[in-house]
Amino acid sequence: MQTADAARFAQTPFVRKKHRAELLARCVFGGMTLGMIVPLLLIIGYLLCQGAPLLSWAFLTTNPSSGMRKGGLWPALLGTVWLVVTALCVSAPVGVFAAVYLNEYAKDNWFTRIVHLAVVNLAGVPSIVHALFGLGAFVLFAGLGRSILAASLTLAIMTLPVIIASTKEALASVPLSFREACWNVGATRWQTIRRIVLPNSISGILTGVILQVSRTAGETAPIMFTGAVFFKNVEEGNLFAYSLKDQCMALSMHLYTVTTQVTNAPEPLPYAIAVVLLGTVLLVNAAAIAVRVYLRSRKKW
Amino acid sequence: MEMETTGAQPGPANSGNGVRAPVTRRAQRRGWEQVSEHVIELFIRLCGISAIVFVFAIFFFVFREGAPILPRLDLWKFLFTPYWYPTSLGQARYGVGALILGTLSVTALSMALAVPFGLGAAVFVSEFCGHRTKEALKIVIELLAAIPSVVWGFIGLTVMNVAIQKVFRVQVGLNILNASILLALMSVPVIVSIGEDSLKAVPDSYREAAFALGATQWQIVCRVLLPAAKNGLLAAVLLGVGRAVGETMAVLMATGHAVNIPHSIFDSVRTLTATIAAEMGETAEGSDHYRVLFVIGILLFSITFLMNLAADLVVKGIRKK
Repeated sequence: MQTADAARFAQTPFVRKKHRAELLARCVFGGMTLGMIVPLLLIIGYLLCQGAPLLSWAFLTTNPSSGMRKGGLWPALLGTVWLVVTALCVSAPVGVFAAVYLNEYAKDNWFTRIVHLAVVNLAGVPSIVHALFGLGAFVLFAGLGRSILAASLTLAIMTLPVIIASTKEALASVPLSFREACWNVGATRWQTIRRIVLPNSISGILTGVILQVSRTAGETAPIMFTGAVFFKNVEEGNLFAYSLKDQCMALSMHLYTVTTQVTNAPEPLPYAIAVVLLGTVLLVNAAAIAVRVYLRSRKKW
Repeated sequence: MEMETTGAQPGPANSGNGVRAPVTRRAQRRGWEQVSEHVIELFIRLCGISAIVFVFAIFFFVFREGAPILPRLDLWKFLFTPYWYPTSLGQARYGVGALILGTLSVTALSMALAVPFGLGAAVFVSEFCGHRTKEALKIVIELLAAIPSVVWGFIGLTVMNVAIQKVFRVQVGLNILNASILLALMSVPVIVSIGEDSLKAVPDSYREAAFALGATQWQIVCRVLLPAAKNGLLAAVLLGVGRAVGETMAVLMATGHAVNIPHSIFDSVRTLTATIAAEMGETAEGSDHYRVLFVIGILLFSITFLMNLAADLVVKGIRKK
């Protein structure tokens, strides 16, 4: 097509130069994008190859033994699940309602601007500062000690802004006319939100919450001083082997300690832990994306 | 709005003692709904201000643990001397100069790598590829953002360490370069997604006008879109910097963790964040060392606070236009 055009309209050198520049820019930018993605695939492939000999069902469901050098990672896996679920129970309702406030109730004034600024800043606080906060506030001041509860609360506050931001975006995508129609038949604000706004934005809210799960599962720094321990033996196969007051192991922390503090660990062990952690996080993330794509395709407006 | 609240107040009284007509079920239900409406609204407002409360709480509690040592700490010496000997008996010295330099050098190099790649990828995703490719790329970028920092650190410790030793023929592969590459890969998704948003925010009429004048895609990008979206792109870069400064686990594992004033990109350094992570577990609660680590926390909090404030003001700038 382009060649036919080129034959009909004689190309000036200027136009040729223009098209060369275009092609060059496209290649450079495409190359940059590829330069970001290729390392990702290579690294995941490499980790999988290295960790493969250890990966098995038994690896996931047994306790570590002989100073973490043998056995599986059951307590770490279970600990991560406990941390994530507890954190979610706190941050999901608070985050969703905070977003409802920002999107449905708040007026456009200086106070709302400050709330927005606070959310942005909360998202930017380094994870290690969250850890210090968790240590100062929950472990010492509130007297929770180093426990799953203290660690989860720290994680919950850390992931709150993610939930607020994604929920707010989901709420904002519900057209105003929906609300107006509902108000016009005499519904109150809350009735409108519960019956019209929330059901219509549930896909976006769900995506945000699931993404928060994946982020929580991977965090290490905030739980280092607030509840995660080097080693803890728990009953195999029992989902309720921990309680909120216990300290726990976590996958991310386990990877860190095995890599840096356990000497003579078998070569594939850290790779296998990394694969399990990465697999968990990416699976949860892929689930969020799938939910979003599915629900978006059903959207009626 | 005003009508609604005044109408709501007599609600419970109406249904409670039934001054006027005998209380019907419908009136009772309305009364209950009006009470619950108020309760829920109060709850929603509380959640709404929670973010402010938490930001202040973070500052308060970190400050509370660090404050007792502040009067005894010579701020000039603390910030600008490179002597970090927190555990030496009798004469512990707390100078975070080398740590600040470590953080700065790693952040600067990682941004030098991440900003061109991030902005280039943002332009490519937003302007140069078709709808399907775009969706696919955005998903990949999202997955890139999801990789936990401890996994990046592990990659730095194993894969990158060996790679850098082989490629550059240096003794130690855990150095500024290693951590910077990891940080660049970690902050690129932030830069891409926010950069892409700000390119998307440029009205289509700009593109159409330029296209009608015979401009190619590249000319549109560099003459029309980049100038129009420059505030958003700047905000994207600032947020990337904020993420790089605050990153902990990856730099803890990949920088080599040696207190050192760097002379080349192959030197090992130590950063502010990594110092807290590595040493907090070993200090006695309430000791000077413990409190100094909290002071470093205050420093980090302030740096990222300023970064975010700057990014926010830059974004506000666009919105006003």
